[in-house]
Amino acid sequence: MSSTVNVRLNVNGVEHTLEVEPRLLLVHALRDQLGLTGTHVGCDTSNCGACTVHMDGRAVKSCTVLAVQAEGSEITTIEGIGSEEQMHPMQEAFWANHGLQCGYCTPGMIMAAIALLDENPNPTEEEVRRGLEGNLCRCTGYHNIVKSVLDAASKMGGVPA
Amino acid sequence: MTAVAEAPSGRHIGRSLRRKEDPRLVCGRARYIDDISLPGTLWAAFVRSPEAHARVVSIDSSAALEREGVRAVFVGEDLADLAGPLPLAWVPPGTTVNNPPHWPLARGTVKHVGDPVAVVIGDDRYGVADALEDVIVEYDPLPVVTDPEAALKGAPFVHEELGTNETHRWSLGGGDLEAGFAEADVIVERRIVNHRTAGAPMETRGVLADYRAGALTVWSSTQVPHFLRLFLAILLGLSEERVRVIAPEVGGGFGSKLQIYGEEVVAAWASRRLGQPVKWIETRSENLSVTHQGRDQIDRVRMGAKRDGTLTALHVEITADLGAYNMLLTPAIPSLGAFVMSGVYRIPAVRTDIVGVFTNKCPTDAIRGAGRPEATHIIEVTLDQLAHELGIDPLEIRRRNFIPADQFPAQVAVGVTYDSGDYEKTLSRLLEHVDIDGFRAEQERLRGEGVYRGIGFSTYTEICGLAPTRVVGPQGFGNQAGFWESAMIRVHNTGAVTAYTGCSPHGQGHETTFAQIVADRLGVDPQVVEVVHGDTGTGPEGRNTYGSRSLAVGGEALARAAGKIADKARAIVAHKLEAAPEDIELVDGRFVVRGSPDRGMTLAEVAGAAYLNDVPEGMEPGLESTAFWDPDNFVFPFGAHACIVEVDPDTGRVRILRYVAVDDCGRAINPLVIDGQVHGGVAHAIGQALYEQVVYDERGQLVTGTFVNYALPTAAELPSFETDRTETPSPVNSLGVKGVGEAGTIAASAAVTNAVIDALRPLGVQFINMPLTPQRIWEAIQGADRQGGGQR
Repeated sequence: MSSTVNVRLNVNGVEHTLEVEPRLLLVHALRDQLGLTGTHVGCDTSNCGACTVHMDGRAVKSCTVLAVQAEGSEITTIEGIGSEEQMHPMQEAFWANHGLQCGYCTPGMIMAAIALLDENPNPTEEEVRRGLEGNLCRCTGYHNIVKSVLDAASKMGGVPA
Repeated sequence: MTAVAEAPSGRHIGRSLRRKEDPRLVCGRARYIDDISLPGTLWAAFVRSPEAHARVVSIDSSAALEREGVRAVFVGEDLADLAGPLPLAWVPPGTTVNNPPHWPLARGTVKHVGDPVAVVIGDDRYGVADALEDVIVEYDPLPVVTDPEAALKGAPFVHEELGTNETHRWSLGGGDLEAGFAEADVIVERRIVNHRTAGAPMETRGVLADYRAGALTVWSSTQVPHFLRLFLAILLGLSEERVRVIAPEVGGGFGSKLQIYGEEVVAAWASRRLGQPVKWIETRSENLSVTHQGRDQIDRVRMGAKRDGTLTALHVEITADLGAYNMLLTPAIPSLGAFVMSGVYRIPAVRTDIVGVFTNKCPTDAIRGAGRPEATHIIEVTLDQLAHELGIDPLEIRRRNFIPADQFPAQVAVGVTYDSGDYEKTLSRLLEHVDIDGFRAEQERLRGEGVYRGIGFSTYTEICGLAPTRVVGPQGFGNQAGFWESAMIRVHNTGAVTAYTGCSPHGQGHETTFAQIVADRLGVDPQVVEVVHGDTGTGPEGRNTYGSRSLAVGGEALARAAGKIADKARAIVAHKLEAAPEDIELVDGRFVVRGSPDRGMTLAEVAGAAYLNDVPEGMEPGLESTAFWDPDNFVFPFGAHACIVEVDPDTGRVRILRYVAVDDCGRAINPLVIDGQVHGGVAHAIGQALYEQVVYDERGQLVTGTFVNYALPTAAELPSFETDRTETPSPVNSLGVKGVGEAGTIAASAAVTNAVIDALRPLGVQFINMPLTPQRIWEAIQGADRQGGGQR
């Protein structure tokens, strides 16, 4: 067994000190050690974006970040942005616009979309499509995902283009 | 075929309800297979062949076993107590299929890259992955064959003992083909390739098996928990009721999880051997190399017509590359296309001849559409070629050959009876959205500016609602199962309803659409109807979800189970209110006495009486029902799609400017969900037409083993889709419904391809096969330049 090191993370507002192998991926620390299974793994090559979380306010693919690289970071996962009782406007928009089917890509897609609106609160359809290029979905053909993000943008204060 | 009396549509059928399943999904609270853990769970990882064909000389697992945390390494021979190899359940009738054994772990030889030779089991996910490297396997490479046409000519053989690579031959035809071609003024012949693709659900496969106290519980990311239960019981020598299979939240399937996979069997076997739960989660590279793939046909097509465009004959010879082994339905998949090879047209003579071929590649089986996308592509692309040859407009040739709406139910040449259709109506609706004359004028003008746009159409039908056991079962098309669907309904004291279905969804939205059906039949709100699925231990018997069958078969079973509850409710209300049961009607959520709307009871009140045994003399207390439904016929959704593309002649890049789909899936239960299914289906086919292809090199090495080189379309490549719908009810079920899960995929590749050819014609390209990658298009343009036009 490899040696382990300690990592301090703030995840969804809660401080954690985790004992991890240096090679442990952030996504596995979140899922297997913290039980935050809303973040998914869909590929081995950082193509699919199912594992997207926010690290210090920026969207990262948590399968491409080592847990030790996140030392001292603030991590937000899908569980940290809203709940079934009080959804984040992006979650609400995905629901209202049928922006998901099997739901597997959805948490990563929502986290990527929130980060997209952080940078560009008022995107065009084209900008949404380009902005979500790093997140794959097999079910929806992206049509309703794009619609959801544009809807959320208008509700979150951006002005529809 | 008998028509089923149509039931009145209530308040909830036809509404675009938000999906009931979504809150847990958007909040990260859903539980997929990798989210489930049991105490003491061991992890499994598979040692896989890097060779496409080889004899396994030796396997040395000693170094792996020395690693801390590794509990066991098993090879094929260790599983000698399995009752048999992996199942092939569907052999088309009237033929035999060469079916060499396909073991969960290879025994003696490997036949394709990724074929598993050993399983490592240990304490954690990373540890077993490390230990894989320490299992030393010596391979003696054997000759490899990857080209199916070459494979039919002789050695090398994938299965040496067979002395052939041919799996089987099978034909389906009707009408006089020779006379049809003799009558034709023009015959077009094309070699159409429906290339190999991957299902690629975003969630890979995975399984967690727990054998305890003589019983086996298996969680698997599967579309078919009931089939998996059956085959696990058979292979492990357990009585079927001792096996419980649970499909948790399933992150997409697209046919690729309609399978009995070796990893599922190995996990269950190892859990029994080791006395602990065993879990395996597939990596994406495994998913792209060993999860069954789809399509992979070379189709030699001859289509004959008279000068006026009237079709006289269609002959399709399919060489189907089945890969290295038969899996659950492998040899039957190309046959599914043969049933609808007439498309939406009156063609007096139609024949499909299929030859299946083994190659050193991953096996093929059902992927979204399963044989019908190939058929639509064959018909619709060839018809456009014919139209061009005859100088007839592609829409005009379609109209001249449509089966007229007044001829339904319509028997086509091969003997299948289409339940309902109105092809002219969907096409007319499509043309309300697409100004074809305006497009043609614009196209002409832009060509002058060096901009090449094209429009392509696909008017399709498909066959779905896999049921009629009399047709597809043991006495019919040879599938060794009954294809009914079942439902159980329990009305609680509170008036809330639990509806159990034998279908097993993986993204389609059954929890919502099925609730709408039950709600209407019982006069309650869909929010109080909970739909339960995917657990063989708690639900009814089931035949699960694939082939766009859930609504037409499972939805109807639920409607019938609800109908039984409503009948009982009427009797109870009549008893309580001293009226005749036939005078009780369901109005605005209450069972009321006809003519006296103030006298009535809600379902909750009825349930209260039922559980107090305040029911008519001789009636059982309680309020539950069960129904099985096995219809008389399939259902045949149809539609008309148009695609407009722009092709850059310098780079060969295709951009889709518009995609318009008008589909008819019978009565619409939830338009929001239907549109979503069409979007995803169309995107899947656009992926095949433009981007996706599973590629093996001539040594059988997989070139497309990750999402880096297997190109799923992203949001940036696809357009927003324009959808519309007509509703032509099916007479096969009381709901009037058909399926829609595969329709988009079945329709769209031909529309895209026809559009690209339409764009390229002025550049001398008359025909081109998918995938329409920039390189292939550029080469076609260059070739046309050199040869002065002509076919490729």
